[in-house]
Amino acid sequence: MESYSLSNLKELEAESIHIIREVAAEFENPVMLYSIGKDSSVMVRLAEKAFYPGKVPFPLMHIDSKWKFREMIEFRDKYVKEKGWDLIVHYNKKAYEQGVGPFTHGSKVHTDLMKTQALLEALNKYKFDAAFGGARRDEEKSRAKERIYSFRDKYHQWDPKNQRPELWDIYNAKIHKGESIRVFPLSNWTELDIWQYIRLENIPIVPLYFAKERPVVDIDGNLILVDDERMPEEYRKKAVMKKVRFRTLGCYPLTGAIESEADTIEKIVEEMMTVTKSERTTRVIDFDQEASMEQKKREGYF
Amino acid sequence: MNIKEFLDQDQKKDLLRFLTAGSVDDGKSTLIGRLLFDSKKLYEDQLSALKRDSKRVGHAGEEIDYALLLDGLKAEREQGITIDVAYRYFSTAKRKFIIADTPGHEQYTRNMITGGSTANLAVILIDARKGVITQTRRHTFLVSLLGIKHVVLAVNKMDLVDYDEKVFNKIVEDYKEFVTQLDIPDINFIPLSALKGDNVVDVSDKMPWYHGKSLLEFLETVHVSSDRNFSDMRYPVQYVLRPTLDFRGFSAKVASGIIRKGDEVMVLPSRQKSKVKSIVTYDGDLDYAFPPQAVTVTLEDEIDVSRGDMLVHPDNPPTVSRHFEAMLVWMDEEKMDPLTQFYIKQTTHTTRAKVDHIDHKIDVNTLEKHDVDALQLNDIAKVVITTNEPLYFDPYKKNKATGAFILIDPVTHNTSAVGMITGEYKEGKLDLRITSEQKDKIHKGQGLISQDEYVKRYNQKGSTIWISGLHGSGKNELAFSLERKLFDLGATVITLDGKSTRMGLSRELDFSPADRAEHLRRIAHIAKLLNDQGIITICSFASNDENIRNQVAEIIGKDRFHLAYMDADIDYCKKNADDDLYERFEKGEISNIPGLDLEFQKPENAKLVMNPEDMQDNLQKVLDYLSENKIFPAG
Ligand SMILES: Nc1nc2c(ncn2[C@@H]2O[C@H](COP(=O)(O)OP(=O)(O)O)[C@@H](O)[C@H]2O)c(=O)[nH]1
Repeated sequence: MESYSLSNLKELEAESIHIIREVAAEFENPVMLYSIGKDSSVMVRLAEKAFYPGKVPFPLMHIDSKWKFREMIEFRDKYVKEKGWDLIVHYNKKAYEQGVGPFTHGSKVHTDLMKTQALLEALNKYKFDAAFGGARRDEEKSRAKERIYSFRDKYHQWDPKNQRPELWDIYNAKIHKGESIRVFPLSNWTELDIWQYIRLENIPIVPLYFAKERPVVDIDGNLILVDDERMPEEYRKKAVMKKVRFRTLGCYPLTGAIESEADTIEKIVEEMMTVTKSERTTRVIDFDQEASMEQKKREGYF
Repeated sequence: MNIKEFLDQDQKKDLLRFLTAGSVDDGKSTLIGRLLFDSKKLYEDQLSALKRDSKRVGHAGEEIDYALLLDGLKAEREQGITIDVAYRYFSTAKRKFIIADTPGHEQYTRNMITGGSTANLAVILIDARKGVITQTRRHTFLVSLLGIKHVVLAVNKMDLVDYDEKVFNKIVEDYKEFVTQLDIPDINFIPLSALKGDNVVDVSDKMPWYHGKSLLEFLETVHVSSDRNFSDMRYPVQYVLRPTLDFRGFSAKVASGIIRKGDEVMVLPSRQKSKVKSIVTYDGDLDYAFPPQAVTVTLEDEIDVSRGDMLVHPDNPPTVSRHFEAMLVWMDEEKMDPLTQFYIKQTTHTTRAKVDHIDHKIDVNTLEKHDVDALQLNDIAKVVITTNEPLYFDPYKKNKATGAFILIDPVTHNTSAVGMITGEYKEGKLDLRITSEQKDKIHKGQGLISQDEYVKRYNQKGSTIWISGLHGSGKNELAFSLERKLFDLGATVITLDGKSTRMGLSRELDFSPADRAEHLRRIAHIAKLLNDQGIITICSFASNDENIRNQVAEIIGKDRFHLAYMDADIDYCKKNADDDLYERFEKGEISNIPGLDLEFQKPENAKLVMNPEDMQDNLQKVLDYLSENKIFPAG
């Protein structure tokens, strides 16, 4: 007998493909933000599925803070070549030349200049009217109410009082010139869904997600990887080898590792399901005072 | 079972989306918090049981304020951030769940409608001490309006009524009596205590008289996949894929029914027929596809199909019509302006729509019907809508995917309203009520449509762009390219030029100054009539005489008359003219030619002066002018 029911993952997949196609059809100049993380990798796979056998009709864009883990950049360059993606890499040139970095300027200034400002600069430069992001609603409590189409004014600002009702699968794509939307096709995916999908689809991810002996330093209770010599000597000399992995990837000085034995997806899931700690708590930047997620969003951060 | 087998099994589970509704303090946050927390515990237990050194974490004795688990949103609410719905995720070994958690405060209608639009099931909370109250009725009505087929009436705080069976039974009876008026096929009653955990995850021994499932068991096992419409095939084309010359695929999410390889299909609106050649996906071709799969279909024949079109089975088409009745929920802070020409989006099709008529508004508390003129935030009403292009739809009750739509305000672009189609509206049913005031107007030849209504409908102000210039100056070229451009931009526009009008309207007139004046008088009156009815008119006439131009402006109305002058001298025009008019004049065959034997009085008061050498720039100049003066677009 024929079966007319879908598994959770297949239903999520269909929902995301529908969203991605809808944006490609209704916006003039969309872009997919590619952070090199596991969620981005899933999102890009979904885009490839959406337009198969054609190519993805919009570019990917990586906002390079210049402080990403080296393995992330290697991974990015390898797959861009292999898959033939149309990838834009953008960074805040001015701030980079001034030597902005987390160790010298602090996480807040660094994040603002190298991530938020760099993103805004790129959006203005290329005049994108829709930007896909890989954020999920279950990542953090305050994301629970996030729309799939998140409306931004011409300054890329998110006005919490001016978000449109979103019903069924009918998305309102009407914007005025200069305005834009951020689109979150993975809104309804959970961390477990992402891992399951990566496993099911054999989606390549950056090796940093898997536990391995790595040199790390304990900085204010966060295990920070010694990724290059830009880390001040005073920290570097305290480095110890530990078996660690990363739950999220970002700028290496701002992303804490966790001690772990999980070197396969199965083991990661097992750890994840039995350790009660939400995913983003290993991101140092979230400990910044005042800079709540809402605040950052209003300023144009994803 | 090892972790691998566990995951293999886990990835096969399905998804249930449900809505929770209750009034403030009924215990909604406590219940959701417990579901999230305890299901995580269940998972943990299961996983640690897989390990040899299983160390079970005990549940007993812990005092947790479950409601705190959800607190993320309270602070935001205080900052005035609108939260119409928050989505929560949890999972058991059997299913994944998405909870649409809708705040029960003032904006309950908008919130519940938003959260419920994607839900298969609704959990409606009741405080056992209060029983069925107004809010319960309101929530249930909204659930039935959204076509949610399964309801769980969760009778909470049973601990506060001594787990008394009689209290529960009374509530069940009251509810059943009320719910018969509404169309909800599957209703279930569960007595529970969210705080103590009775009948939430495990069946409680405090209520031995209850023989049903716990809430979680029920949610894990309720059968919802057959709720979708699998009988009426609707394939609303979303995206046309043309990666190579010989591949043309039509991508869509199957809205309803089953589409199969080899099926004969008809394209709406063209009604052309073809056969499904293949159903393509990244993971391989399929023999059939069902909702909500997102696939790409190729057809046997090369027929025209674009986004917004719909593939259907020829023997089972949807209704194709511009008029329908619907239940409309007003979502905008601004109240409805009945003149607005909204964008309507239904499936993948966007066109314009107007609310013709509000049949009645429904009071969500009493279900009584009221007459109203306009709708406000949270109002629900039965309305009649007319669209510019036909929609392909089914009644929402039969087919949610093709019966749902949103209305978008053309100026603010907000989603002003959402609707559920109840059926086609047969034309002629709308009664034509003509008041004596209106009769008066008709008598005076004024029409019943106001200037404002035209402006809203066409998004333009009825105006005349009058282009003056010598023969051969390129004014016609400008007129017609302007008409083309405005048309493409969505304006409603008509061009009048010498050739077209002299062949019929003014066929008896010659080119003498007197006849030229009469000709332009006629043109001016036509332009005025068109402008009166909201239409933009482009007039391209030499109009060499200053006096006559002023008379024309007088007839049309000075504020609607916009003079453009094509500033080309006679030598340029002689070179540029595409006929032999000037040669014939030289030979003495004709006379009365402006710029030669008739004086061409250069307009001093032209609003726009054009350089004939730069057509592209001229076009942009006019467009900028129209937009600056809010002639088009008016908004
Ligand atoms: N005794 C008892 N109290 C409950 C129960 N469920 C919730 N409460 C209490 O009722 C109050 C309101 O609960 P809350 O979950 O915040 O309600 P909400 O406004 O519907 O989200 C809190 O003090 C809860 O502890 C229950 O089953 N039994």
